[in-house]
Amino acid sequence: MKKTYKIDVDCANCANKMEQAAKKTEGVRDAVVNFMALKMTVEFEEGAVPAEVMKKVLANCKKVEDDCEIYL
Amino acid sequence: MNKKQRKMLLRIIAAVALALLSLIPALEGTLEKLLFFACYLVIGYDILIKAVKGVLNRQPFDENFLMAVATVGAIALGDYAEGAMVMLFYQIGELFQSYAVGKSRRSISQLMDIRPDYANIEGEDGELHKVDPDEVAVGTVIVVRPGEKIPIDGVVTEGASSLNTGALTGESLPRDVKPGDEVISGCINLSGLLKIRTEKEFGESTVSKILDLVENAGSRKSRSENFISRFARIYTPAVCISALLLATVPPLVQLIGGGSPDWGDWLYRALTLLVISCPCALVISIPLSFFAGIGGASRAGVLIKGSNYMETLSKVNRVVFDKTGTLTQGVFRVSELCPVGVSDDKLLEYAALAESFSTHPISRSLCEAWGQEIDSSRISDVREISGRGVCAKIDGVEVAAGNAKLMAELNIDCGEVSKVGTVVHIAIDSTYAGHILISDSTKPGAAQAIADLRKVGVSKVAMLTGDSKDVGKSVASQLGIDEAYCELLPADKVKKVEDFLASGDKLAFVGDGINDAPVLSRADVGIAMGALGSDAAIEAADMVLMDDDPRKLVTAIRISKKCLRIVYENIVFALGIKLVCLVLGALGIADMWLAIFADVGVMVIAVLNAIRALNVKNL
Repeated sequence: MKKTYKIDVDCANCANKMEQAAKKTEGVRDAVVNFMALKMTVEFEEGAVPAEVMKKVLANCKKVEDDCEIYL
Repeated sequence: MNKKQRKMLLRIIAAVALALLSLIPALEGTLEKLLFFACYLVIGYDILIKAVKGVLNRQPFDENFLMAVATVGAIALGDYAEGAMVMLFYQIGELFQSYAVGKSRRSISQLMDIRPDYANIEGEDGELHKVDPDEVAVGTVIVVRPGEKIPIDGVVTEGASSLNTGALTGESLPRDVKPGDEVISGCINLSGLLKIRTEKEFGESTVSKILDLVENAGSRKSRSENFISRFARIYTPAVCISALLLATVPPLVQLIGGGSPDWGDWLYRALTLLVISCPCALVISIPLSFFAGIGGASRAGVLIKGSNYMETLSKVNRVVFDKTGTLTQGVFRVSELCPVGVSDDKLLEYAALAESFSTHPISRSLCEAWGQEIDSSRISDVREISGRGVCAKIDGVEVAAGNAKLMAELNIDCGEVSKVGTVVHIAIDSTYAGHILISDSTKPGAAQAIADLRKVGVSKVAMLTGDSKDVGKSVASQLGIDEAYCELLPADKVKKVEDFLASGDKLAFVGDGINDAPVLSRADVGIAMGALGSDAAIEAADMVLMDDDPRKLVTAIRISKKCLRIVYENIVFALGIKLVCLVLGALGIADMWLAIFADVGVMVIAVLNAIRALNVKNL
């Protein structure tokens, strides 16, 4: 399942770091951050609950880039 | 400017004021240092906090950490002014970057500002009500006044007008519509009031699909983008380690050699490296260039589904065209009249009248070519002879119109006609009166497009068609195409494209999206043409040319080449300057001032260069 979320982040490198952090989160098969459109597209693993997974994704992103936001 | 940016601007102004204050000659010594320190804290406190957080989260090698170490180091060495100024320039650079990106984000979304805000529905009282287009059900009649955008795809039921399709196709010529015509969302109604029965939901309408496609284009990343983000991940730690080595190894070597270690000097050089190690200029400029390029292309009526396709398109050296509907009009028209003993008009008139009862495409093209009202009272005794043609009495005279077989059956000598297309022979009162040639004509811009393709580096142009050899070869030679493969079934087309791919060419396939979806998806870049209103084409292709002019393909290739040139310029320029500064810094020639100017300056130039990709006029 794929879902797209609106995000807020200031720099392109931070967006790359968010992408890496999201990819490593459990329950996420793949994640792509589109810095220019300020969007994150997350593909979830089979059986994962998006709302739960996204909380972890946000926490992981906050770790690498304090100043980011994902609008869930 | 948003709130964050305004706050940063205020901090920058405050920091600049503090820095200027310290220039007062009376404030030498401790007071001056205190002022610079205050300036440093005002401008850099958030960087310091972020750096600490980064270390706590075990993500030490980010740009905040680098800037913090470099500036704290400078202050520890007693260079208060330098520490404060490096931080100040860094923040000015960041502010500029965020402003420029926000600005181009907005200007690109303005380019794509074709989203209709409302639809008008006529109430029972005859008043117009504005409603959200999302809420309009399929089959509803909506009203579009002059000057308004058509919100939803549909069919005109009442009114006539001309439409500006510019926002979708980049074409300035208005298109006339009348009741019964299909219209697509995103066009602007220019002259008259139109009533339109919607045929799709808003979310399924052309305009929504296009917006969706362009907005998501950035999610498919190109090789250059992936290269840069991988590079950034290695670059920063590598420079940090070099800096550490630079701060420790040479002084130790000097110490062992018996000289003075110069700890301060080497530490300063190491800190300079840290300032240069920010990868921001590189990382921002690449996606920004692609985003601008894709935005500009969509303005010219070329939709590109991802940066990766933009990149591939710029390298294409073989273009394969489908014939019907792509290079040719895809409609049959009368292209030649060859009367024998009668006038052109007479020949056409008899043919049209004789065929007027048939719905065959050939018959309809005859009636269309004649262009006058058919007076059915003039026609009697119509006999259609399947696979042959038609015999009828017109004004009491026996007329036969059909192929050579029909003429042979009627014992009329029509001679040999070897022409490409469908030949209709006419006999009037059992005497041969000549023939009419009906064929699918090539598009006006097709030959020009093929010639231009060679100019933009496409060395091989091929055409695939299911049509007969005669037709295929003739079209190919008319247009200057060197390879034509005829009488192919859809599966053969896929096979042919696979053969081309196996030879290592970068291949673009151009089709009209009908029947050629498998080929579109097989090619390196599948390009669908004339996609206005055709969902299948938008789905299957990697790139969509909104109108059906083959010359748009040349424009698309030029746009992609320009965009990629900008990307490479930025990579080479930013990396080059960084490397030069790294070397100069390590040798002790460049100081921290030069380093920060190099970092911020490179970024500003790279961003401005990236925005150039947005301009696709005169291409």
